[in-house]
Parts: sequence; structure tokens; C-alpha cells
Amino acid sequence: MAKVKRSPWLLHYDGSSCNGCDIEVLACLTPVYDVERFGVVNTGDPMQADILLITGGINTQNQEVVRQLYNQMPRPKVVVAVGVCACTGGVFKECYNILGGADTTIPVDIYVPGCAARPQAIIDGVVKAVELFQQRSDEHEAMIKEKRRNKKGE
Amino acid sequence: MTALLSFVIYLILAPFIGGLLDGLDRKISARMQGRIGPPLLQPFYDVAKLMHKQNIAVNRSQEFLVASFCMTQILAGCMFFAGSDILFCFFIISTGSTFLVFAGAITNSPYSSLGSSRELIQMMAYEPAVLLACVGLYLASGSFNVRDIVMQDTSAILFLPGFFLSYIFILTIKMRKSPFDLSTSHHPHQELVKGLTTEMGGRNLAYYTITEWYENVFLLGVVALFIINKNPSSYIAAIIVVLAVCFVETLIDNVSARVKWNFMLKSTWISTLLLAGVNLLILMLV
Amino acid sequence: MLSIFLICYPLLVALLMITVPNHKFRNFLAYSSAVFIIAAVGIFTTQWIMGGCHVIELFYDTEIVNMIIIGFELVLMVIVTYLCFKYKRYIISLLTIIPTLLIVYVELFGPEREAIAHIRIDYLSVLMCIIIGLVGSLIIVYAVGYMHNYHHHHHTEVKDRRGYFFMLLFIFMGAMFGFVLSQSLLWVDVFWETTSVCSFMLIGYTRTDEAVTNSFRALWMNLLGGTALALGITYQIYAYGNDSLTMLINSGIAKDSFAVIPVTLIAFAALTKAAQMPFSKWLMGAMVAPTPSSALLHSATMVKAGIYILFRLAPAMRDTLTGNMVSYIGGFTFFVASLMAIAQSDGKKVLAFSTISNLGLMVACSGIGRAETLWAGIFLMIFHAVSKSLLFQDIGAVENSTHSRDVEDMHGLVYRIPSLGSFMFIGIAGMFLAPFGMLISKWSALKACVDANNIILVLLICYGSATTMLYWTKWMSKIISYTNEPKIKVITKRDEMISLSIHAVLMIALCIMFPLLSRTYVEPLLLEMYGSSCTVLSMKILYTLVIIICFIFAVPIITFTHTKKEQINKKPAYMNGINEGDDVHFTDSFGDSKKLVMSNWYFKDFIGQRKIMVPCEIISSSILIVMLTIIMGGALL
Repeated sequence: MAKVKRSPWLLHYDGSSCNGCDIEVLACLTPVYDVERFGVVNTGDPMQADILLITGGINTQNQEVVRQLYNQMPRPKVVVAVGVCACTGGVFKECYNILGGADTTIPVDIYVPGCAARPQAIIDGVVKAVELFQQRSDEHEAMIKEKRRNKKGE
Repeated sequence: MTALLSFVIYLILAPFIGGLLDGLDRKISARMQGRIGPPLLQPFYDVAKLMHKQNIAVNRSQEFLVASFCMTQILAGCMFFAGSDILFCFFIISTGSTFLVFAGAITNSPYSSLGSSRELIQMMAYEPAVLLACVGLYLASGSFNVRDIVMQDTSAILFLPGFFLSYIFILTIKMRKSPFDLSTSHHPHQELVKGLTTEMGGRNLAYYTITEWYENVFLLGVVALFIINKNPSSYIAAIIVVLAVCFVETLIDNVSARVKWNFMLKSTWISTLLLAGVNLLILMLV
Repeated sequence: MLSIFLICYPLLVALLMITVPNHKFRNFLAYSSAVFIIAAVGIFTTQWIMGGCHVIELFYDTEIVNMIIIGFELVLMVIVTYLCFKYKRYIISLLTIIPTLLIVYVELFGPEREAIAHIRIDYLSVLMCIIIGLVGSLIIVYAVGYMHNYHHHHHTEVKDRRGYFFMLLFIFMGAMFGFVLSQSLLWVDVFWETTSVCSFMLIGYTRTDEAVTNSFRALWMNLLGGTALALGITYQIYAYGNDSLTMLINSGIAKDSFAVIPVTLIAFAALTKAAQMPFSKWLMGAMVAPTPSSALLHSATMVKAGIYILFRLAPAMRDTLTGNMVSYIGGFTFFVASLMAIAQSDGKKVLAFSTISNLGLMVACSGIGRAETLWAGIFLMIFHAVSKSLLFQDIGAVENSTHSRDVEDMHGLVYRIPSLGSFMFIGIAGMFLAPFGMLISKWSALKACVDANNIILVLLICYGSATTMLYWTKWMSKIISYTNEPKIKVITKRDEMISLSIHAVLMIALCIMFPLLSRTYVEPLLLEMYGSSCTVLSMKILYTLVIIICFIFAVPIITFTHTKKEQINKKPAYMNGINEGDDVHFTDSFGDSKKLVMSNWYFKDFIGQRKIMVPCEIISSSILIVMLTIIMGGALL
């Protein structure tokens, strides 16, 4: 099984966030935290991303966008909700346009709490996501092998 | 026999060398920015991961076009290291690049279409310098064949300093380094997302990356060609120069911001004319 | 005898064309004549090859024919003068009166001339015959269908004068055959004038103001060349006492000082015919004519006449000032015309500029005058004739179907009109992407320029090759860009389709057979012209290249078909998550659906025709005038 966890590429999507969490996400890339040590690249392109980081809640306007970005990511993929807004809707939860956290739209795997989420917490979440990514990749591969074997069996 | 040997060696080793240089580049860049940076082997991890991802495409023909791009670029490199005609190698390279442009344009995605338009302008910008470099090597050695060029008494660079500099200038474009990384860049988060490669994911991107490694080794091989003569110790000098060139490219990448296309076109064309053109004039008249 | 058939038959058909009023019969006649001409060319070629490919010289004594030709020339003069007065372009009439009277005077009262063969059949003229016969006839076949559609669309504004149109096409063909087969320069001159006048009438076919203006521009530029030609011939007759092209070339090769002036004047005439800077405008103006005539003018005939004569003169121009002049003008045209082609979005204009630019490269090749460059030039000419004719016809057909010939409107053409789209793709690929066509030609041109120590030309070719790539690739990527617009109903006639398919097949065959053609035809041709054999690229290299290229294209095709079986997960293109799912529309900020239109870059403000045409004309005119003055002065003093 390939060690895909050495190269997790992120896609960062800003929902209706107050930008607090976004700044913290970017802070992870600065020399202080330097997540590129782990091979993390903050790519802007869903086609190339493995992990989707969502900050901020989902509203009626961005719901479709989030769904499409998630669909455009190739499998295996992991979703991390960063900050309390992305987890539950946070302080905006009762707003007229807010539907709630990211899990109202797409399946979320890792929840990183905090308002704003601290860089340490985000890195922690990403590390967890990476483990999950590896696990899913292994499952994905096993599934493909299984399919091939079935095909040959026929 | 040596031709076949170096052909095979290139085919096998080039991706490793290219990948290592890429890793080194990322490492040095990180150090320049005061970071620790990814491990040296990071590019290989990336490609291995991409190969294991789901195979996706926006357009069915994309895979065909990327594969064509891949094959032509590798062929050009193989021909070069087998000692054949250098002008031909570059013609094949430019034919291959058009496949990449098609791969970007065929998707009708705004970012990759724009990326491929910009790639075309880049091609237009570097083509004269590349062809002139070949002409220069021909003038210095009397042959377009790589195997003859490496057998000269003195290094070509002694006659061709201008050609060498103009070639280094356009190498920034070819290696997709800032300030000339208009069509796609190694750094994410830009106005073009990933430009030309936006719609490539999974295996296509892996092929693209590997091809880029092959291509970079070929391009640096041309740099080495300016240094190598029939003295074996010149090979060591060539390796040092190639590494120095890589370092300079990384440095330029880190200290400059992307420019607009018209500045790129003007500056490359003018510098080519001044550096290579004047060198050509001197060589042909003296 | 067949050579006479080739010249006279089209002229006879032309007479029939104007007299027959019935469309059906005329179409039948056009069809059968096209087939006849192709067959005749085929027989003519095989006969000649069977005969051992020797130079054949015919017709030593031609008193009567000469008289007929003089009469014909006078008729042409009268027609042109009449038209000039009718449209109040009085000065242009001088350009026809002076040379014609000069030629008539020389013919009747000039010095006694040696008896020479008037017709000469050799490799180059046979090659030209094949190109003219094949491409020209196919264009006529195409014209049958095209003109029907054309008059269907434009029946109110353009008068239907199809008989006249076909007559001109056939006269044109006959004149071209005569032109490439003649060795006597007096004969060359009359055919030259005929093509000039025919092109003038073809351009003015629609009789709109624009057409009239453009046709007169074409007329005066071509007649200027004709005047130079007449002067050159007169000079030669007085200096040498003969009017044989071959003898002139031989004395040119021997560096005889009397040969300089006629060679230079004829080369100058060829530059006007080949639409080089500063005479490029007439070819641009020729675009107003219906497509078959522009295809004919651009690909097979008119402009090739200039190239043909330059190729003939090439050995005589080697390492001379004349050769330098021709190669500078050619190289300069190659570069600037391709720059202007970038800034065009009208498909036909792009083709026009690319024709001029490619001709520039051929002219530059001939100006250097070495065997290698001529090899390159001849291949360029062959590829150019086929692919340009294909592209022009294709654009005409596309225009009839989509009512636009703008490159921007050809977005996704291969999906909307698969047949025409792929023909266009093949044509462009044959022009520059094909592994051999343009690339090898450029390669050998570059090598020869370096050998000839021609620095300026090296620079021009390097820059020109960069710009050439841009406009072709831009166009190709436009054709294959994805679109979900519905397919367009093709109203292309069967005649047009026949011609297009033959062209496409021919194009592909040329690419594959390239090494064979080089070995069996082009190399003997050079041997004949230069007297020494020349192998530009060894067969081994060429064949290896063919095999490798086939291999390269096989691998992706295999992977492609392989993955077709495998499930590829198709994803919508990335549009920031607001792709409507069809890769063409996106959701705008009001929640409405909007169409995404990606357009190419044209840099009109930097390198547009309006911006750089005039400076380029000034530069090239000054090069021409200065060089001509130096050459003429040097030769006369």
C-alpha cells in the first residue's frame, strides 16, 4: 500500500466565515508552523486536492458551490470542518440565511473546534485527516483490486 | 553503443534526477523563506499519491493529449542524449508543447483555457532564443549533432557567452519560474488557480509532472552542452554549472513577482536580440 | 503533345463556358474537364517518367504561334486599357501599354534571335504541372458546388455570372500550365500577363466598390511586375540575342555580368507576383472574391507562379546581391506577415497572411539559392499548395454553413460540424504541426542560412518561426475547444465534399510519404538544377523519424482506447464551484445562468495590420529600392 499520507494537498474553502479561521489556516503555512514540512500544499484546485478544509457556515448561496467542489475532488478524499461555524453554524446559526455547519451539505470527517480555531488545533485536525486519508486510500485500492479480480473471474 | 547507453540511462534516470532537483528546489525555497520545508523526496511522494488517486478527467481527449505531450517530450530528450540533432530535439519539444496547449484548451474551462493562451505566448517568447542557441552551437562546433558538439577542443561557452545568457534567460520561462510563470506555476493560489494544469487531476497530473522532470533534465542538458568539451573533467564543470544555474533560477523565483505577458515578451525578445544577436554578429563576422 | 493539350484544352473549355448558358451542362463540363485535366496530367507525368525523366525540349520554330501570341497580348492590353478608362484608373493603363508595346516592338523589330526550344519539360515544370492540375482541378470541382450555394445566398446583391467565372478559372489554369512549361521568356511574359489580368477579373467578380478597388490594386501591382519582366526580357534579348530562361540561368550561374540585370528584374517581378512586402496588399484584397478564386489564387496558381520563377532562378541568385535582396525581402515578409496574422480573427485573412508569410519563407529559401534551401522550399511549396487549398475550401464551406468565417465563431467546430472541423484540423496540422512539413523545411533553411553567413535571415527565421506557431496553434485549439452547442446542419454540396476529402487524404499521404518523395523526386530535381547530388537528410534518418513518429502517436492512441474501456470519472470543469454542469454556463451573482465565452488573444493594438502594415511597407520598399539601385548601378557602371 502506497504511503499517500506523505502528500496531503488541501483545498481551502471559505464559507460564510468571519475570516478569523481563514487567517489561522493561512498562518499554518507561515514559517512559524510551516505545514509544508509534512508535504501539505494549499492548492486552490479541487481536481488536485485530497483534503477539503471548510471554514464558516453554509448558507443558501454557497451550498451548491460547496457541493460541486466536493464532487470535483477525486476519491479518496477527506473533509475537515475548521472552526465552530463550520462545525455547527456557530454564532451565525440563527441567521436567516445560514443552514448550519458544513455537514448539512457534505459528509464531514473531522471537526476542529475553536473560535477562531488555533493553528495548533488545525494542524492536529489535518494530521487526523491525513491518517483517515491513508486509510481510505488503502480501502480504495483494495476495492479496485477486488473489482479487477471479479472482472477476471467472469 | 554509447548513444544507446546514454539513451537508456536518460530514460531511466531522468525522472529521478528531475524529481530530486524539484525537491531540492522546494527545500532551498523554503530555507530562503525561513521555513524548514518538505523532505527532499517530497515530489516523489506527490507523484506516487497522484497515481493512486481516482482517475478523473474533464474531457475524454485530455488523457490522449497529455500522453502525446508526455511521449513527444521524452522522445526529444532521448534523441538529445543519444547524440542526435539538437535543432530537431527542440522542434519536437515545441510540437509536444502544442499538445499541452490543446490539453488545456479542449476543456473550455476558463482557467486552463487562459493558461493555454498564455502558454502560447510563452512559447512565442522563448522560441527565438532556443533556436538561436542551436545556431550558436552549430557555429561553434560546425554541427548540429550533440555527439559532435561534445567532442570539441574547447567549451562552446567561450565563443557563445551571449547565447548562453539568453538561453538562461528563457530557461526561467521553460522551468516555470517566477517572474515568467504566467501559464501555470508550482505555487498554488494565484489568479489562474493552476492555469494550464487546473483541470488535470490524479494520473494526468502525475504524467504531466513526470514529463516536466524529463523536460527539465533535457533543458539542463543543453546548459551542460555549452560547457562540455572532449576533456573528461569538463563534465564535472558542467555539473557544477548546471547546479549553479538551478540555484540562480530558484533565487530568481523567490525574489521576483509575476509580470504581465507584454513585459515578458518584450524583455525576452529584446534580450535575445541583444545577447544572442550580437554574439551571432560577432561570430559570423570575425 | 500532351503539354500542348494541357495549355490549350483549358482555354477551349473556357470558351465553351462563356457561351453555354445552361447550368447543368456547364457543371457537367466543369466536372469532366477537371477529370480530363487530372488524367492528362497523370498521363503526361507517367509518359515523362517512363521516358527516363529526361529534359524534353520542344518547338524550335514557332513563327505563327508567336504571331498569335502577340495578337493575344494586344487584345489583353486593349481589354485592360478599356477597363482602366471605364473605372477612371488612367495611370494603370500605362503599365499595360508600355510593356506590351515594348514586347511587340522587340518581337517584330528587335534583333535576330537564336532559335530556341519554347517548351521545356523537366522535373520542376512537371512538379508544377502536377500541383496545378491536381489542386486546380479539385478547386474547380469544389467551385461547382460552392458557386451554387454562393449565388443562392447572395442572389440579390451579386449578379449571377457563373459562366464568366468558370471561364476565368479555366483560362487561369491554361495560362498556368503554359507559364510553367515555357522556356521562352516571351511566352512566359504573355502567360504572366494573362494570369495577372485573370486574377484582376476574378477579384472584381462581385463588382462592389470594394471589389473594384481591390482588383485594381492587384492589377497595378502585378502589372508593375509584368513591366519589370518585359524590361528584363528586352534587356536579355539585346544583350544575348536569345530569350531562353535556361540560358539566362546558365549565364547567371557563370556569374556573367550581363545576366545580373535580367535576373534581378525577373526576380523583382516574381516578388510582386508572390505578394511579398511591400506588394502584399493585393493578396489581402483578393479575399473579397468568392472562395474558389481565393483558393486558386492563394494555393495552387497565382502566387506559385512567382515562387516557381524564383526557384528557377535560384541557382543564378546564389551568393549574389540579387539573392540577398530576395532573401531579405522574403525573410522580412515571413516575419511581419506572421505577426499580422496573429492579430487577425477573420479566418480568411489569417489564411491570407499565413500564405504571404509562408511564401516569404519560400522566397527566402530561393534567394539563398543553395541546394538545401531549395529542397526545403520545394517541400514547403508542395505542402503549402495542398493544405492551403484544403483550408480555403473548408473555410468557404464553413462560412456557407455557419454564416461566419471568424475564428472565434469556430469554437468547438469539430463537435458542431465534425467533417469540416476535422478537415480544417488536418489542413492546419499539415501546414505546420506535421512532423515534417514546416519543421524540416525550417530546419534546413536555418542550416543553410548559417552556412551562407546570412545573419539577418537567421534572426528573421528564428523570430518568424515563433510567431508562426502562435497563430496556427491558437486556431487549432479554438476548433477543438469543448462546446455543447447543437450540431449544425451541413449544407455542403457533394462536389465540395469530394474535393475536400481528396485533399485531406492527399495531405496525410504527403506527410507519410515524405521521405520517399524526397528520394525519388526532389533529389533528382536538385541534381538536375545544380548538377551535383545533394542529400539534405539521409534516408535512414528520415525513415527512423517516420517510424518513431508513428510509434509516438500509436502509444497515446492505445492508452486512449484502453482507458475508454476503463471507467473515467468525468468531472465538471472548475469554475469556482458555480459551473452549471455543462462546462459552458455558470451561475452569476444574481443567480442567473450565464454563458462563458473564452476568446483568443489577438494583440490588435500591438501588432495589428493597421499598426504595422505601413511601417513594414516603408521598410521593405526602402530595402527593395536601395538594393535595386545598388545592383542596377553596379551592373550598368
